[in-house]
Amino acid sequence: MHLELRKIKIQNIAFGEENVIRDHVLYLNKESLAEEVMKDKRIKKVDFDIARPGESVRIIPVKDVIEPRAKLEGDIFPGIFKETMEEGGYGVTYALKGCAVTTTGPIVGFQEGLIDMSGPAAEYTPFSKLNHLVMVIEKQPEFDAHEHEQMVRMAGIRLAAFVGQLAVGQEEYESEEYTWDSIGEKYAQYPDLPKVVYVYNCMSQGLLHDTYFYGRDSKQMVPTMITPLEVMDGALVSGNCVSPGSKTTTWHHLNNAVIEECMKKHGKEINFMGIVLNPLMVSLKEKYRDCMLTVRMVEMLGADGVIISQEGFGNPTTDLMLVCQGLEKRGIKTVIITNEDAGVDGMSESLPDSVTEADAIVSTGNSNATIMLPKMEKTIGVLSDVAKTTGGNVDSIQDDGRLLIEIHGIMGGHNLQGNTYLGAITI
Amino acid sequence: MKKVLFYTNQFFGQIGGEAEAYQKPFIEQGARGNAQAFVPLLEDAEIVATIVCGDNYYAENMDEVKAFVEAQITELSPDLIIAGPAFNAGRFGIACADICKDAVQKMHVEAITGLYEENPAVEMYRKDIYILKVGKSAAAMRKAVKLMAGFANKLLAGKEIGLPKEEGYYPKGKRVNVFRQKNGAERAMDMLLKKLKGEPYETELEISVYEKVKPAEGLDTLAGKKIALCTSGGIVAFGNPDHMPAATAKFFKQYSIEGMDGLKAGEFESVHAGYDPVYANLDPNRVAPLDVLRMMEKEGKIGSIYPYLTTTTGNSTSVADATRMGMEIGAILSNAGVDGVILTST
Repeated sequence: MHLELRKIKIQNIAFGEENVIRDHVLYLNKESLAEEVMKDKRIKKVDFDIARPGESVRIIPVKDVIEPRAKLEGDIFPGIFKETMEEGGYGVTYALKGCAVTTTGPIVGFQEGLIDMSGPAAEYTPFSKLNHLVMVIEKQPEFDAHEHEQMVRMAGIRLAAFVGQLAVGQEEYESEEYTWDSIGEKYAQYPDLPKVVYVYNCMSQGLLHDTYFYGRDSKQMVPTMITPLEVMDGALVSGNCVSPGSKTTTWHHLNNAVIEECMKKHGKEINFMGIVLNPLMVSLKEKYRDCMLTVRMVEMLGADGVIISQEGFGNPTTDLMLVCQGLEKRGIKTVIITNEDAGVDGMSESLPDSVTEADAIVSTGNSNATIMLPKMEKTIGVLSDVAKTTGGNVDSIQDDGRLLIEIHGIMGGHNLQGNTYLGAITI
Repeated sequence: MKKVLFYTNQFFGQIGGEAEAYQKPFIEQGARGNAQAFVPLLEDAEIVATIVCGDNYYAENMDEVKAFVEAQITELSPDLIIAGPAFNAGRFGIACADICKDAVQKMHVEAITGLYEENPAVEMYRKDIYILKVGKSAAAMRKAVKLMAGFANKLLAGKEIGLPKEEGYYPKGKRVNVFRQKNGAERAMDMLLKKLKGEPYETELEISVYEKVKPAEGLDTLAGKKIALCTSGGIVAFGNPDHMPAATAKFFKQYSIEGMDGLKAGEFESVHAGYDPVYANLDPNRVAPLDVLRMMEKEGKIGSIYPYLTTTTGNSTSVADATRMGMEIGAILSNAGVDGVILTST
């Protein structure tokens, strides 16, 4: 299995007559974008805007952030648009780096967060460093919350694929080659390196808490082995807004930091044997079954060590702990990536569940810590929805227009795939 | 020049040994007893007075001694209190830490002490004050004074206090966010490689071990019993008039359910951000099943229903907040003579 990723640097986005990439600027024609989005008749209205790094702009409530990508041949986001599909992870994929398609509009449910393009919140999230094509979507009134979520999610993915298509044929790019061999070949290639498996937890719990694997709801699957290459091609799409700070957006799936790290170290310090995708379900019975199967699959891959990335918090902490305990009991060294809910004052225990085997934890920070955000000159979306976001409440908007929120509310602020730099210490 | 008020016991205050442990508190100008060891090490600060109090006297008259110390603080307005060090001495350790806590919390004056790690006062007070990590006995006095004086100088100069390990104080247990040099995935890989090689590594979060909450014994019979309905599923009065947050709620609410046959859509709704609320909003009984409970009441299967729905959002709630709310709810229900509780989660 071999994939070439051709990365094209985008330094700015501008609206214009035609859809084209020129000198690292992404020019987009609003009418043609609207036409693409309005193919979905359930959408009443769509507006487009641009947010650039450093601007006094706040996007809220953000539903998804997606990196535009395209395949030289075949479909990006396989299984999302059609019943038929080809396996992702082969051939040539184009990626527009430095930019994103970002969806917003009236709130679907309680929890979508914000992106500030400047100010203190910008330090927390990689999204403040991207040029955003922001899409403000309104639905026709007759559609319910589930359809609302679905139409917004699909509009974002469709537009990211549409914009990504502009990359095909571009001649200036940075190329990265990825090879993924069979387990047997890996054993033979690097017999002396420690074998490492990545356990990839994904939320599978209903509206705004779902993940899509080749376009199918991850609630309907058992843990399975996947390849890092298909993830880069969009085999995983986010339908999840668990909590903005720790949410895994589609951008995070496409740029999974653990996969990146494992690929970087593969053949040098580790033998990267594989990934087990573990859906985080609602009921205890499903949690036990899925964690058991995950541990077994990791063991069958011959792992000496495992990194587990987390999604969500609260009941998913149980899955995290069960897998960690199961692996450690089999002598497989395990490291966990998680956030903390240590309370606004930082004085509470950090996690709602624990096992003593969890002795190697990377913390992406205390979600409950508060931050005062300055007033922005421009808001794209609906500022008052901060009352319904995780980390926000009705008292968040101050009299002088500033915003007091828990860092939970910052999209991608403390991503549990380890994409960010935030951590926490005890003093 | 900054002012330091010193606190010590009968032994280090050179009154006498155990026989003088009932010495009443008194204050003397300047540095007395072991306070003198601090004098040459303090920068741009002087010990204006020393309070000496017997250990037993303190243990048996804590409030009185604290009032005495408070009065001296009001009189002298010191910039810092230094107490001890008390090493592994139990009574003296608690006295020092308690004086410091009172000074910090009530009098708003910074205060430090020094204790050995097994001194029970460490666990009791480390959350509240800076306790410097010192040796087991007075043999470690020189080292302890150096450490405490150095720390005192930093505090007095308003310098930034470093990490517990760097400064030598017991962690207060407060989690503070910091930006790191590497991202989380890189740190996870570094940690894993060390763990695989058997090299020492440092977890970024020490896991807390929880005591399992033992559920109360079941009721022998439901007949005649008063049952309360509680939920962490974020069911609130429609429109959320009390501003229950979608996550990290720090309070609970009680809504009257008297005379209701169930929770009606449009009268109650879910504000919980941690699950799909669509079905709960269509029928809030799905989360807080008042309808079934009321039926059981009518059929005489239970005695009565406690007239309030007790509710909060159990989503990203810190363990500390959850524990506190649980205690408060428990007290209210217990006072109301509730026999049994149905607590639903989501």
